[in-house]
Amino acid sequence: MARIDLVDLAHSYSGNDAPPESFALKPVTMTWRQGGAYALLGPSGCGKTTLLNLISGIVTPSRGKILFDGIDITQATTQKRNIAQVFQFPVIYDTMTVGQNLAFPLKNRGVPAAEIAARVKQIADLLELTPYLDRKATRLTADAKQKISLGRGLVRSDVAAILFDEPLTVIDPELKWQLRSKLKALHRELDLTMIYVTHDQTEALTFADTVVVMHDGRVVQSGTPAELFEKPAHTFVGYFIGSPGMNIMPAQVRGREARIDGHTIVLNRNYDGLSSGSLIEIGVRPEFVDVVAPAPGLLSASIERIDDLGRIRFARVRVGDVKLAARVPPGFSPSGDAAAIVFDPAHVHVYADSLLVEGAA
Amino acid sequence: MEKTVDQKAWFLVLPVFLIVAFSAVLPLMTVVNYSVQDTFGNNQFFWNGVGWFKELLDPNTDLGERFLASVWRNLLFSAIILAIEVPLGIVVALSMPRQGWQVAACLVILALPLLIPWNVVGTIWQIFGRPDIGLLGYVLNEIGLNYNYVSNDLDAWFTVVLMDVWHWTSLVALLCYAGLKSIPDAYYQAAQIDGASRWAVFKAIQLPKMNRVLLIAVLLRFMDSFMIYTEPFVVTGGGPGNSTTFVSIELVKIALGQFDLGKAAALSLVYNLIILIVCWIFYTVMTNAGAERPAKGGIA
Amino acid sequence: MNTIPGRRIIISAFLVFLLLPIYWLVNMSFKTNNEIVTTMTLWPHSPTLENYVTIFTDESWYSGYINSLKYVIINTVISISVALPAAYAFSRYRFLGDKHLFFWLLSNRMAPAAVYALPFFNLYSAINLFDTPWAVALAHCIFNVPLAVWILEGFVSSVPREIDETAFLDGYSFPRFFVKILIPLISSGIGVAAFFCFMFSWVELLLARTLTSVAAKPISATMTRTVSAAGIDWGLLAAAGVLTIIPGALVIWFVRNYIARGFALGRV
Repeated sequence: MARIDLVDLAHSYSGNDAPPESFALKPVTMTWRQGGAYALLGPSGCGKTTLLNLISGIVTPSRGKILFDGIDITQATTQKRNIAQVFQFPVIYDTMTVGQNLAFPLKNRGVPAAEIAARVKQIADLLELTPYLDRKATRLTADAKQKISLGRGLVRSDVAAILFDEPLTVIDPELKWQLRSKLKALHRELDLTMIYVTHDQTEALTFADTVVVMHDGRVVQSGTPAELFEKPAHTFVGYFIGSPGMNIMPAQVRGREARIDGHTIVLNRNYDGLSSGSLIEIGVRPEFVDVVAPAPGLLSASIERIDDLGRIRFARVRVGDVKLAARVPPGFSPSGDAAAIVFDPAHVHVYADSLLVEGAA
Repeated sequence: MEKTVDQKAWFLVLPVFLIVAFSAVLPLMTVVNYSVQDTFGNNQFFWNGVGWFKELLDPNTDLGERFLASVWRNLLFSAIILAIEVPLGIVVALSMPRQGWQVAACLVILALPLLIPWNVVGTIWQIFGRPDIGLLGYVLNEIGLNYNYVSNDLDAWFTVVLMDVWHWTSLVALLCYAGLKSIPDAYYQAAQIDGASRWAVFKAIQLPKMNRVLLIAVLLRFMDSFMIYTEPFVVTGGGPGNSTTFVSIELVKIALGQFDLGKAAALSLVYNLIILIVCWIFYTVMTNAGAERPAKGGIA
Repeated sequence: MNTIPGRRIIISAFLVFLLLPIYWLVNMSFKTNNEIVTTMTLWPHSPTLENYVTIFTDESWYSGYINSLKYVIINTVISISVALPAAYAFSRYRFLGDKHLFFWLLSNRMAPAAVYALPFFNLYSAINLFDTPWAVALAHCIFNVPLAVWILEGFVSSVPREIDETAFLDGYSFPRFFVKILIPLISSGIGVAAFFCFMFSWVELLLARTLTSVAAKPISATMTRTVSAAGIDWGLLAAAGVLTIIPGALVIWFVRNYIARGFALGRV
């Protein structure tokens, strides 16, 4: 069990001399506290698996350091790091029974037989694998196999952290939910640091207390699910998280006002002093844009389609050339295409070159 | 993926069926026909019933003695080369370079012996082993060993076995290499994380994953070594004496040398049957060994 | 992690073991018979091309080459073209006797060539194919067709059957689907199967020699001519041997990137 510090960590598969833009992981510095549940979220190819493999020691970084509890383990082998990892596809040892599979990491480390038996029993109970202990692992279903992989990680009492690399890819949707709750329960019970890589925002947001969003080899935001939702630090986080994603539109911002399509929107904070050369956009989540009946003085929009999601209805609207998603308030039924939209000023964010700008009070 | 039942598929298989039937069934019928007859030349044939088969399996007759001796000799040969080539092939496959041009270079050199016509393989070793003009024979004699594969039984066996190892270990190695290549990296990474030793990785991951290809390798090597003809024939001609006369060599001696068609045909059938049976045993044993043993614990 | 200690030494030693006898053959092919018989030299001290000149100027030598290539190519073409539809059938359909048929096909791969030598001789003489490349090509089908079916079945099975269904929905007829879609998809498998057919047909001698006498005599049988009344012409024999290795080496060179996949037979 350990706190994990990444210090200026970066990696390129073609060596340290490669151009900075080609790095699979661009330099990152961050701290992961002991006992936390973290998710690394991002589309495929964003560098999340690279980051995971750097931590587990499968890949040695081109640059920077990794510290476990303050001790530099950058050059240490995977075995020395005391890491457990669960892979995308279940890895089981074909010739062994479920019990032997679970005992394998302990046997390799020369743990006494009695202790192994006790430990295996405990983990098998926890994962509900006890009835299968004497069965060959080959013939089990994918989710049982993935539980065994997970069990091999949990069976060691001394692991610094457990890493998950999209572990639920091959699992049926219904079982996915079960396994995820199981993981969450295990996390609470065992007080382990868990790092979970996924491209599925639901998985990330339900599992983790801190979600690290990655894009193009860079960590773009690290925060609680609520922070990611309410205050995306990067336009990418805005539209990657949330369904539908955040509305991002170009605007002219001056002081406490933003102008879109010739219409002025009042902002909550003061944005004087934005550099003139950068691309200025405003972002607002569909949940904070309401469709209302057209009226003078409101930003007019034309409705293209309304999606009824049961609890909530979202309209696809067009303002000038820009398409937006907006909430249709309960009880409101628009007549025809013509409508207007109203923003909640507290949730309108301003982005300069994709990065969030904190305005002055 | 469930296959659909469709008898029309027979039309797709028909060409193969016809061509193999033409090449196999017609000649086989000829063989069966010969095997129950005797000939005195001039295309005169007489019904002989199971006489040849009786003679063949009776070690007190000349034919039976020769046949049974060649079968034991051949089984011994197959056992020896399997015992050498399978482990050696695995070791070579495990020693293959990881990446880069060396991989292609190694593969090309490994495959080279496989594409040399079998009589040329014989020729190569016939030359290589000769004490007067061959490097191997010369060196062995220079270091004080009295090596001569033409006159000494043991030397002849040594040469024929070494030649087969040279010729066919590559096949085992390439099959194993293909099996090893198909193991996803995650297995090695997981084993690393589980703290497995090199030997444990081999036993827990590599060997089980090579199971299928090893089965193919053992079957192919057994079949081909039990059918071996050309290479030892070129090198030793079956001698000295009869010490390297394997079943095929014996068969050709009888069929083409003495033109004893009945005896040769009976021998062919028994010979073919032995190969089928041994292959079937190998296949059953090896697939069962890998199969699941009955569960001891209860199943929820 | 997936290799073993000392692997460089092991693989190097094994490659040397493989190359040494071949080197010796090449070495001898550039020597005069006098040098071969009288001295033990590690490389030709008075190198000569005479042995090769003899081969290339003698018509019977290079016609041996052509004959060999003829039956090898005919055999490969026949094997692949009949095996393709069969492989598709075995991979996609269940039909009466399919398993027995498959085992029967494979069991022919287990038949010793020596068993068939004589009946083949009778059979092909009876239908007037004796001493033609066709006889040898057809005879080699007995072990190459089953092998080709086996290899191709593995490759066809790796093509998802949704592709077939989509093609048929798009209005492709079966032959058109086969030629336009399936064959391009498994082209590497066809290459692998062709390689194996070439290999086994090229190296086989017993049947090839039994079924030919003069007109279609294969190169490897021509080699026995070096044994004359005056003894064996070692240099000439070595040169002929070297020349028979070259076609195989060329084929390997072209398929070197597929060798590993090929030996997995498409099914590991």
